Amino acid sequence: MSKMIVKVGMSSCGIAAGAGPVYEKIESLVKERADIELKKVGCIGLCFHEPLVEIEKDGKSTVYGEVTPESVEAILEGKDQFTPILSHAQEAPENSMMGKQVRIVLRNCGQIDPQKIEEYEQRGGYDSLRKALSGMSPDEVIDEVLKSGLRGRGGAGFPTGMKWRFAHDAKGDSKYVVCNADEGDPGAFMDRSVLEGDPHSVIEGMAICGYAIGAAQGIIYCRAEYPLAIKHLNKALEQARAKGYLGQKVLGSDFSFDIYIKEGAGAFVCGEETALIASIEGKRGMPRPRPPFPAHKGVFGKPTNINNVETLANIPWILANGHAAFAQYGTEKSKGTKVFALAGKIKKGGLVEVPMGMPIRDVIFEIGGGIQNDKAFKAVQMGGPSGGCIPAEKIDTPVDYESITATGAIMGSGGMVVMDEGTCMVDVARFFLSFTQKESCGKCPFCRIGTKRMLEILTRICEGKGKMEDLETLKELAPQIKDGSLCGLGQTAPNPVLTTLKYFEHEYIAHIRDKKCPAKVCSALIHYTIDPAKCIGCTKCARACPVSAITGEIKKPHLINDDICVRCGQCMKACPVSAISVE
Amino acid sequence: MPTLVMGKPELEEALRPIIERYKGGKGITIPLLAAVQEKIGYLSGESLDFLSREMDIPAAELFGVATFYAMFRLQPQGKHVVRLCRGTACHVQGSLRVGEMLQRHLKIEEGQTTEDGLFTLQFVACLGCCSLAPVMMIDDEVHGRLTPEKAVAILETYRKAD
Repeated sequence: MSKMIVKVGMSSCGIAAGAGPVYEKIESLVKERADIELKKVGCIGLCFHEPLVEIEKDGKSTVYGEVTPESVEAILEGKDQFTPILSHAQEAPENSMMGKQVRIVLRNCGQIDPQKIEEYEQRGGYDSLRKALSGMSPDEVIDEVLKSGLRGRGGAGFPTGMKWRFAHDAKGDSKYVVCNADEGDPGAFMDRSVLEGDPHSVIEGMAICGYAIGAAQGIIYCRAEYPLAIKHLNKALEQARAKGYLGQKVLGSDFSFDIYIKEGAGAFVCGEETALIASIEGKRGMPRPRPPFPAHKGVFGKPTNINNVETLANIPWILANGHAAFAQYGTEKSKGTKVFALAGKIKKGGLVEVPMGMPIRDVIFEIGGGIQNDKAFKAVQMGGPSGGCIPAEKIDTPVDYESITATGAIMGSGGMVVMDEGTCMVDVARFFLSFTQKESCGKCPFCRIGTKRMLEILTRICEGKGKMEDLETLKELAPQIKDGSLCGLGQTAPNPVLTTLKYFEHEYIAHIRDKKCPAKVCSALIHYTIDPAKCIGCTKCARACPVSAITGEIKKPHLINDDICVRCGQCMKACPVSAISVE
Repeated sequence: MPTLVMGKPELEEALRPIIERYKGGKGITIPLLAAVQEKIGYLSGESLDFLSREMDIPAAELFGVATFYAMFRLQPQGKHVVRLCRGTACHVQGSLRVGEMLQRHLKIEEGQTTEDGLFTLQFVACLGCCSLAPVMMIDDEVHGRLTPEKAVAILETYRKAD
């Protein structure tokens, strides 16, 4: 009988959903069993069903979702009847979530124990670094990356090989490789999952980059909000040093390279290269004009190459499999795959990796399983606060840099937040503007004051106090903010407003002219009422109301005091006879 | 993290090892301030003045960095810090209503601390647990798939545990 392998998804969201007690329970059950191997792995990707347990036996793998300590025993014995089974056999329809994916970046995520370097090595880990050091010149490495067509996965899509070439050609006595792990876009968790689930792939990518551009020092700039990622990285760095993949004379070559971690302190703008550099230097993270570009003058004034986590995780795969293998995926201008964090009103939210060029429809409906409660799909937000909302009529847009940009959104780092008919697009625009306005560093007046004015206008519209002229003012302010800002934050801040205005202007007009919020979200424009004909006087609503706005005698129709009501909707959820409606 | 109430000599003594560790290093401001905050719970005016004198860094520079990053606080905080995620995924899943409920329940606004010093409420950008939205983090523990009632019930378990 072959050995049974039990993998428990222990990424931050798995732990948040309760994977800890599940792991402990399994551990207590299999302690004495030599035929069962228990592993802590990173994100398996099927986040909507956390906590996840995967069981490999006789060459077959089965993923169990929503596992509890109580159901563990039955699962191990293979006779559980209650826990959803995600991929029992090839023909299972749930498999379509994995079947359409191509896993290059996530090749090891959910497969290996990220805290054991041996497991990474067993899957070919550090072979690419060895290959580069033993048989390739730095130029050949750069050529390989250039030919693969890999473009920056942080959002802007600049060709990675070209960036490396600039840093390689720059003159300097010392150079830096920086990994940008300041994943600040709300709604994005790709980088966190890679760092938690497969930290060595990023470290190996950085070492290869260091060799290619001639740097001896690497820095990982990671946001402090990701404590587990930092813990796994630290452990991985220690192991890599012990095995000679980092440090003096890496693998016996003349190349020396080491990496340290710099924790961010919570500022969205630090995802921008020059702001990130300022933050590494211990200053306020404010961007500066370019040129000089970081390739010439970066960290502490030295030539610096900055790549995003996902970009770097691609590198070892490209070197191992060759540029042609990578370039077979994707479109003419966008090669390879892209990792997306699917979230929002989607059935199967999680971490997915698809070939570039796949239509958004397939990502959302085939891989993501469609919209929660089968409601109508309204839009998908891509690119976070710098991106925009792509409406239902553009759902067949392929995911590649150029096509997404043509819609007014941007590829961004890979957050895909799905919205349904219950999402108010004016409210979404206001949400993003309040974010960028708060996160603006304040250096450029157009960004500092312009986003503030835009936010005021959007707030006014959401409160039913907007004027039709406001729409013109928004359209006028937007290009001024874009043109008058130094960095990406300001240059893209108006995008959420522009895309919602472009595709959902009717919703703005409904707020302004009819004083109505069609999605029934904006508090000032909605009212809850009880239908006296349906109300049975059970008092459930009155008890659910957090502000005591509902009065009425038992067994008699109740009444909501609109002046006290805070529009939380608790009463509607509590009502057993659907007597409460919102207009 | 407890907030230590201490007099001047105690404060200086508490900061001395941190100063020794970072003095003269380059790019140390952020980890320096983080270490001080870790030690005494927040960045008081006195502590920044003392650092400035001892390390020969202009106080304005320290205040500049301390006020730029969301992680640093210039006020002491409550025993439990409640961080409600206001990221995009949480927003479309109704985190605003959860936030309104928490503010009403605790009788404080975002950013404030309850009178009994038990809870500090913060709205934060994104905790990266989007598939469990809406999410909040109390101290180091993440709680997902919230509703307004569930969020209040979770808070109360913390109150009872004290």
